[in-house]
Amino acid sequence: MRQKASNRDLTRRQLLSRASAAGASFVIGAGFIAAPDAAWAAETEHLAPETFATLVQMARDIYPHDRVSDAFYVIAVKGYDTAEAAPGIEAGIAALDGAAQGRGHARYLAVGWERDRVDLLRAIEEGAFFQQIRAGLVTGLYNQKAIWPLFGYEGESFSQGGYIDRGFNDINWL
Amino acid sequence: MAAPFELNDDGVVVIIGTGAGGGVLANELAQKGVSVVALEAGGRYLPDDYINDEWESFGQLAWTDARSTSGDWRVARDFPGLPTWIVKAVGGSTVHWAGASLRFQDHEWKTATTYGNIQGASLLDWPIDGAEMAPWYDKAEKKLNVTRTNGQPGLPGNNNFKVLEAGARALGYEEVHTGRMAINSTDSQDRLMCQQTGFCFQGCKWGAKWSSAYTDIEQGEATGNLEVRTKSHAARILHDDTGKVTGVEYFDADGNLQMQAARIVCVAGNSIESPRLLLNSASSMFPDGLANSSGQVGRNYMRHTTGSVYGVFDKPVRMWRGTTMAGIVQDEARHDPSRGFVGGFELETVSVGLPFAAAFLDPGSWGREFTSALDSYENMAGMWIVGEDMPQETNRITLNTELLDQHGLPAADVHYDDHPNDVAMRNYAYDRGSAIYEAVGATRVLPTPPYPSTHNLGTNRMSENPRDGVVNKHGQSHDIANLFVSDGSQFTTGAAENPTLTIVALAIRQAEFISGAMSRGEI
Ligand SMILES: Cc1cc2nc3c(=O)[nH]c(=O)nc-3n(C[C@H](O)[C@H](O)[C@H](O)COP(=O)(O)OP(=O)(O)OC[C@H]3O[C@@H](n4cnc5c(N)ncnc54)[C@H](O)[C@@H]3O)c2cc1C
Ligand code: SF4
Repeated sequence: MRQKASNRDLTRRQLLSRASAAGASFVIGAGFIAAPDAAWAAETEHLAPETFATLVQMARDIYPHDRVSDAFYVIAVKGYDTAEAAPGIEAGIAALDGAAQGRGHARYLAVGWERDRVDLLRAIEEGAFFQQIRAGLVTGLYNQKAIWPLFGYEGESFSQGGYIDRGFNDINWL
Repeated sequence: MAAPFELNDDGVVVIIGTGAGGGVLANELAQKGVSVVALEAGGRYLPDDYINDEWESFGQLAWTDARSTSGDWRVARDFPGLPTWIVKAVGGSTVHWAGASLRFQDHEWKTATTYGNIQGASLLDWPIDGAEMAPWYDKAEKKLNVTRTNGQPGLPGNNNFKVLEAGARALGYEEVHTGRMAINSTDSQDRLMCQQTGFCFQGCKWGAKWSSAYTDIEQGEATGNLEVRTKSHAARILHDDTGKVTGVEYFDADGNLQMQAARIVCVAGNSIESPRLLLNSASSMFPDGLANSSGQVGRNYMRHTTGSVYGVFDKPVRMWRGTTMAGIVQDEARHDPSRGFVGGFELETVSVGLPFAAAFLDPGSWGREFTSALDSYENMAGMWIVGEDMPQETNRITLNTELLDQHGLPAADVHYDDHPNDVAMRNYAYDRGSAIYEAVGATRVLPTPPYPSTHNLGTNRMSENPRDGVVNKHGQSHDIANLFVSDGSQFTTGAAENPTLTIVALAIRQAEFISGAMSRGEI
């Protein structure tokens, strides 16, 4: 059955009341944990705990945001903790640790300065492992709705009636 | 009520695609009493269905069938499988579009004459001009209810516009306003006015923005003369041994191959799929594909010289609030070779949400240089460069026989190399855009590379002489009288303006031509 483009005939008020009825699912969104508990999420099933911790550090070094807690990075890479993905991740992290050792560090996590870790990552940035992690983070990290407020982004606005009465033109410093 | 037509009804006009070109043509013909079957590869989504979320909406609407890329454009490196950002749904890319609706400037119909011989470019004059198109533009602006035309006021300026406007005025630019937009600035045509939601690219949930999905398509269906078949992917256009087209083979929603007979076939699948379909329809009589005696099918692919400039300020802008593209600087749209390139460009406000900013601001880059820009997301303003790119014979859509789509059909390869004129224009525009933001205190500017193409033009171009192009001045193929092209692929050259108003004007004009020729028994 075809649905009618009903918005045309409705008033803004009617549309709004309907939208707020559906609003809960809009605002919270599916699939994301609102207040992620890092300790819980960091428990792994298939990846060695040190591997996972290194992966989380690597994720932060790729897209460092000092005001974003580890919990978000943990969630962003949690998807690799599967029987299928784990071997590739273990191998990639082992190679990264090896590269760190080649420069006199115990392992990647033991490299104290971000600058030195980034040097290690620059050396592998064309490789498949790095590209897999980086590309996955673009959505894995930034598409977490709970992260948006940390950047000021307000997300969905239809259920609140758009910005027509909520500051679409409120700039006051020009 | 949708009119159900029989598969063997050879009196119908079959239109492939229901976007800006196909959707409007379907309605215009239906209004004139012509029986139309529109085949649409995508499903039907209406304002209630649209999603205020960038990736979810992309998943709902975008064309993600297999495609490949080649050439030196940066899109081929950043998004090798996604050369374009366009829609697969009833309404086509008018569901995603931002609504900027500008007429061509008069000289842009005659660029071969105006710009002269540009090495490497296949410039050609359109076989029509501004005077010929003026009345059709009038009709298109009425249909789309474009602001600043027909007494419709401009949209109010949002924060992103105010930054652009202040910067542009500080540099002495004069043609600065909130655009000519196919977005209601008043409640009219049974649609609400813009509520400043800021998700224009994701489908307007208020229906304030014109899209053929919930205007022309429904009006056409209401006549009883238009049947839209969704999830129906045209695979091949058939012809008889006199060389006339006779029908269209398509995969229906269940993946079964069907054949709809036709008196006339109009191809409107966007500038990638339209040439692909003509090429995939090759036969022993037309071994190089239909309508391709000139060898021009698929060639002269244009995508505008795009790019964006984002400016970071020390205070909040919140560019995502309000209409995405209601803001324009037009002073640079003129043709003025003293700037180091031919043709011109428009600067228009643009904003992306945080998820798309992460994906498109500087694709592939990482580390603090990148993330510190995102940290200032709230303090960012954005503008988009839309400039005329040079047609080149070698920029083209070809069949990639190594890559098949879900129906087993060869996918399109999209090849694009920047012309030196494109590069010179883009660099100049980056410079001007940066200066605009710096004039109002930007602490950092980001000259952002082109996104996957949203404006796709020119791959079945219009020409006076059948040797130079695929269709004549009515969009009728030079080779086959009952085969038409009805979308942006007809463009001879691209002009500096966003293309859709022109696509719509051409479709209205073509409907008049087709119905006239039908009633005179010419086709
Ligand atoms: C994000 C975004 C913003 C934009 N903003 C603007 C703007 O502000 N101003 C402007 O002028 N333009 C804008 N555009 C461009 C505008 O949307 C297009 O120029 C216009 O829609 C192109 O019209 P068309 O008829 O050529 O193709 P489309 O509108 O893309 O329609 C093609 C249709 O054909 C269907 N199709 C393709 N192949 C087949 C097949 N084999 N069988 C059946 N169906 C098929 C597709 O599913 C689609 O529905 C924007 C585009 C995007 C993506
Ligand atoms: S800003 Fe206006 S046009 Fe854009 S989606 Fe919102 S209501 Fe529609």
